[in-house]
Amino acid sequence: MPEMNRERLEVRRVKAKRALSYQKRQILLCAGTGCIAGGSLKLYDYFKEECARRGLDVYVGLTQENETEDVSEPKGDGVYLKKSGCHGFCEMGPLVQIEPEGILYTHVQLEDCDEIIEKTIMKGEVVDRLLYELDGVKYTKHTDIPFYHRQHRIVLENCGTIDAEDIDEYLAKDGYVAFEKALFEMTDEAICQEILDSGLRGRGGGGFPAGRKWDSVRKQPKGKKYVVCNGDEGDPGAFMDRSIMEGNPHSIIEGMLIAALGAGSDEGYIYVRAEYPLAVARLKTAIAKAQELNLLGDHILGTDFSFHLHVNRGAGAFVCGEGSALTASIEGNRGMPRVKPPRTVEHGLWAQPTVLNNVETFSAVPLIIRKGAPWFKSIGTEKSPGTKAFALTGNVVNTGLIEVPMGATLRQIIFDIGGGIKDGKKFKAVQIGGPSGGCLTEEHLDMPLDFDSLKKLGAMIGSGGLVVMDEDTCMVEVARFFMNFTQNESCGKCVPCREGTRRMLEILTRIVNNEGSLEDLDLLEELSATISETALCGLGQSACKPVQSTLKYFRDEYLAHVVDKHCPHCNGRKKVLQIDPELCKGCGKCMRQCPMEAITGQIRMPHIIDTEKCIKCGACWGCCPFGAIREE
Amino acid sequence: MSNGISMERVEEIIDGYDCQVHHLIAIMQDIQAEYKYLSPAVLEHIARKLGIGVAKVYSVATFYENFSLEAKGKYIIKVCDGTACHVRKSQPIYNAIREYLELEGKQKTSADGLFTLETVACLGACGLAPVVTVNDQVHSKMSPELAIDLLESLRKEDAANA
Amino acid sequence: MAKGIMYIDGQRVPFDGEPNVLSVIRKAGIEMPTFCYYSDLSVYGACRMCVVEDERGKIETSCSMQPRDGLKIRTNTARLLKHRRMILELMLASHNCNCTTCEKSGDCHLQALAVQFGIHHVRFGDSREEKELDMSSPAVIRDPSKCILCGDCVRVCSENIGMHIIDFAHRGYNMRVMPAFDRTLDQTHCISCGQCSAVCPTGAITVKNQIGDAWRAIHDPSKRVVVQIAPAVRVAVGEAFGLAPGQNALDQLVSALKLMGVDEVYDTTFGADFTTIEEGTEFLQRLEKGGPFPMFTSCCPAWVKYLENENPKYLKHISTCKSPMQMFASILKDRYAEKDREDGRRTFHIAIMPCTAKKMEAARPEFLQPDGTPAVDLVLTTKEIIKMVQESGIQLTRLEYESPDLPFGLGSGAGAIYGATGGVAEAVVRFCLPDKSKNVLRELKFSPLRGDRSIRVAVIKVGERDVHLAIVHGLANAQKLLREIEAGNAYFDLVEVMTCQGGCVGGAGQPHGMKQDKEDRAEGLYVLDRSAPFKRAERNPVVGAFLKDYSQEHRHELLHVNYVKE
Repeated sequence: MPEMNRERLEVRRVKAKRALSYQKRQILLCAGTGCIAGGSLKLYDYFKEECARRGLDVYVGLTQENETEDVSEPKGDGVYLKKSGCHGFCEMGPLVQIEPEGILYTHVQLEDCDEIIEKTIMKGEVVDRLLYELDGVKYTKHTDIPFYHRQHRIVLENCGTIDAEDIDEYLAKDGYVAFEKALFEMTDEAICQEILDSGLRGRGGGGFPAGRKWDSVRKQPKGKKYVVCNGDEGDPGAFMDRSIMEGNPHSIIEGMLIAALGAGSDEGYIYVRAEYPLAVARLKTAIAKAQELNLLGDHILGTDFSFHLHVNRGAGAFVCGEGSALTASIEGNRGMPRVKPPRTVEHGLWAQPTVLNNVETFSAVPLIIRKGAPWFKSIGTEKSPGTKAFALTGNVVNTGLIEVPMGATLRQIIFDIGGGIKDGKKFKAVQIGGPSGGCLTEEHLDMPLDFDSLKKLGAMIGSGGLVVMDEDTCMVEVARFFMNFTQNESCGKCVPCREGTRRMLEILTRIVNNEGSLEDLDLLEELSATISETALCGLGQSACKPVQSTLKYFRDEYLAHVVDKHCPHCNGRKKVLQIDPELCKGCGKCMRQCPMEAITGQIRMPHIIDTEKCIKCGACWGCCPFGAIREE
Repeated sequence: MSNGISMERVEEIIDGYDCQVHHLIAIMQDIQAEYKYLSPAVLEHIARKLGIGVAKVYSVATFYENFSLEAKGKYIIKVCDGTACHVRKSQPIYNAIREYLELEGKQKTSADGLFTLETVACLGACGLAPVVTVNDQVHSKMSPELAIDLLESLRKEDAANA
Repeated sequence: MAKGIMYIDGQRVPFDGEPNVLSVIRKAGIEMPTFCYYSDLSVYGACRMCVVEDERGKIETSCSMQPRDGLKIRTNTARLLKHRRMILELMLASHNCNCTTCEKSGDCHLQALAVQFGIHHVRFGDSREEKELDMSSPAVIRDPSKCILCGDCVRVCSENIGMHIIDFAHRGYNMRVMPAFDRTLDQTHCISCGQCSAVCPTGAITVKNQIGDAWRAIHDPSKRVVVQIAPAVRVAVGEAFGLAPGQNALDQLVSALKLMGVDEVYDTTFGADFTTIEEGTEFLQRLEKGGPFPMFTSCCPAWVKYLENENPKYLKHISTCKSPMQMFASILKDRYAEKDREDGRRTFHIAIMPCTAKKMEAARPEFLQPDGTPAVDLVLTTKEIIKMVQESGIQLTRLEYESPDLPFGLGSGAGAIYGATGGVAEAVVRFCLPDKSKNVLRELKFSPLRGDRSIRVAVIKVGERDVHLAIVHGLANAQKLLREIEAGNAYFDLVEVMTCQGGCVGGAGQPHGMKQDKEDRAEGLYVLDRSAPFKRAERNPVVGAFLKDYSQEHRHELLHVNYVKE
């Protein structure tokens, strides 16, 4: 291949665009983690074989399978088969999208494929039974589905439509145009200024202006500088970064390249959670392709600019999402945060100035450079421009990955996009920002979601997890669940977090089990104050947010546990637990687990719960392998 | 040799990373990917090759949840205990598997060496909750019964192959 | 280095080069509490006790804060006091609070702060599983139930000593400090330097206490208890009795020991003079024979152990001289063998050392006598002897002065400075230089042989030859130097290595002290040198007389040792 330069890249892009324009009939198989788990790769193989068997021309990708072929020539009326990134509607997976109609089939199984080929591919008819249905209405086009219709997808736009493993598809969608612009037409200062003007704030949690970060690194004395991408998305229930890494990896690489230009760096790292093997694989493929096209490496596109990019896999530590813990981990150390100052921009990876942003932030950068800061500012709110991706989970009808403009309200997200609360129940609260966030309630439904308004409430956007809870949820149990999480993930370095979260968990467990006292509530507040004000890192400082906010908004539920010793929401605890003698095999497991010695029985004979002694803790219910324990 | 781990292979992996200390985590990941766990001999070998204290290697290995210092079963079963899976009742699945495999106390691997049971923080497949993975293959919308069925079929499969 | 004015609790405090706000606060006379801050080590920032509040009410740790001109902070607001109390309470909740029987009681930082903050009630229970004591080391005892995870030991072991024997393992609430695989210390390459115990603020790592053995021997009428006292001990032992670091309390310690029932008390400087002569002679011989160079000093047992454990190829470079303690013991036991036979008492030899590694050295197989007993029967650290004096109710500073006994109580000024970094090298140089005038001593005083820089090099002419010397303290620095030598970037003829920073005055057996205390102790030794009647080992008349009596073989057998394993 001849040395790649700007002109040759443009030729390649034009060819890719033309090739894309010839692709009329496309079958897009969602190849996100969720749909793959549902078997979407098997569907892919089946479509490929079956279409070919039926005499259809099947093409895969733009160029990758046959390099010598001139992609600018139309290949005819065949079927173009693609593995796309996550569509976000994981609840409905595996998803199959058919172009040019834009039909979205949900829950597609192997046995549905023949019908899709016969009806839709060959005759252009719609398979009604595979369409998404809401309130009796069937939606043919995916853009009409309320879940998509109400979103504003810019960062995620390409995620569900392009083949993540094909760089030409990314090029065809104006990929690397922004990088070229930055490389050939902008100074480092101008790049930082543009990002600063756009108002782009870090999407990983705190919302620090990305442009200011870059500019600080740029202003550091010349020498080794790093650009690091935080893909250690660890909040339970959050998966937007994963979807971008899997579905549009080149946008991250391009964003990092632009950051490197702006900050004056020649080396970068992407730190990906260990639990995301597919993201690692896709990123590695993308990096290799970008290297092939001389978009990474030395003398990029024939200039003096060089940038080397590495992928590091995490090894299972939530705390590595914290900047200094993440850099410690890249350096091969325990992922323990260090005290600041000095800040990461001065003293980051290997004590060198470092730009550290998360996946979503980098992914927005090419769009800003390409379309300009004013365009970006026109979306969202004044202080928090742009969009934000959220992972919507919990007791909501439509769970999945969504993107909305900053300033959208919870009501829009939960009711318009999310379709409201499951099973017609009432909304109670939403946990925002994962275990380090707080919960918001009914009264906040119409409040605009942006960095500052949430901060005022003591909550935070965090990485963007939204866990919706219905009226049946016990908020004390929710607080305990999150405290259990942070306590487990505490690195153990500083005293308030290591010891304090443990004690809080013990107290919360006591309260949930109706064994707490009013003093315990004071103790929780005291501990929260010390932990949030003295813990070493952001994760420790925010560890008590779920407790603080539930204590504030749902104190009555704590009191129900503490004073009444009876919580109307706690499943299994309000009722009497009994053993079904038909199902019980007499294994004795429940007897051993019971803290009150309320269960008796002979081995291999049905056991009995003494309802007088039983405190309804549910330990037996949890441990019974036969599901013999029931609430009556 | 120690428990089937070839030190030559370990050496090869370390050399592949140019014996650089900052690749410690990646080196351990690669070795674990092949042998499913890191034996004391392996950690000592790494320390020697990288010229660092074995206490440091042990320290890093025990910090990260993914590293196992115990031999693991042929099938590694992970039950997701993320928020979504938790509310959709992943704990009974875990308990059912524990009971089925007759694991006691801190024991994680079944006596026949076939299965290792672990929990894992959110796998990011919340739409499919509750989720169980077997050797990183995701099984969605599980129940205690489905999980036991899955294990039984794996056991049969293994016996058939043997 | 930054200069300016800060406002601490409204008080104007100038700063000039202080590394952090914490040091400025302490300079202003406020004793900010800390556990994990140790000025000789890197800033760790984990105990969160040193929090301060800025004008906007933001709370930060002062150990990690940079002094800034005009910075206004408060150190004792209601919030801060509440947080500190809570942090202490949390620490105590998972700490084994059996204070009364703890080795560290009275000297424990956690205990002191709990008293200071009036924590009388801990509202949380501990749920950690109990861990057994690790008694396997000859130098220290680890009690994980008392560890507060401040990491001082971990950092001193890796940053200063370069051994990295212990580290954090696991994480979060399960985090513990331990050797790899939770092994006991005897299963590791630990060199017994004991610095982990020296920096430990609680009773989690303590010096192995052998006071009981000492009392048993003293009270045993069949034993003749003979004591030697190392140079560094005399300038630190008084600290527990109100004397300033560096003040010589040797004569009072001799009185105390006599009161306690010790039969004879001698001075290790006597042994040091033998070492100087033997090592100097060996060095001159190596200069003649051409090596092997560099010759390393052999006084520091932790250093010898390090080479044995991790770098055995350098063992043949080590001087064959025994350490002063062992030389002293050999000479003593040799001389007293007859006496023992005559009066039927056994000589029980106790060495009072600033060092925990000496406990390990004394037990080495090389130093066992033909009857299987060690030449030094028992090593007590300065800390232990302080406890014994206190236990006896003796007010050390109110005692009459009493000189060590003769003949083994006489040492040169060169012997005294063995306790400071550079002392051994200087003593050997004094011996090797043919010019014996006062001028030479004055020149040496201002040479790089003295000072506190971690690696010091000097070129000194011995006869026609330029001799390249290096002095290094802190074993991590010695490892650095070895790497330089190995890489061919440096060449030396003689290298003095002391494992502990500051040399023996900074040994782990000494009372707790910071860098300045160690420097004051070293200065105390140089004062002793200046006032000594003779400054050179070879001028010690007793040593000369002894050496004359020994045959060549006997001399070698008594004073030399071969660490090289065949």
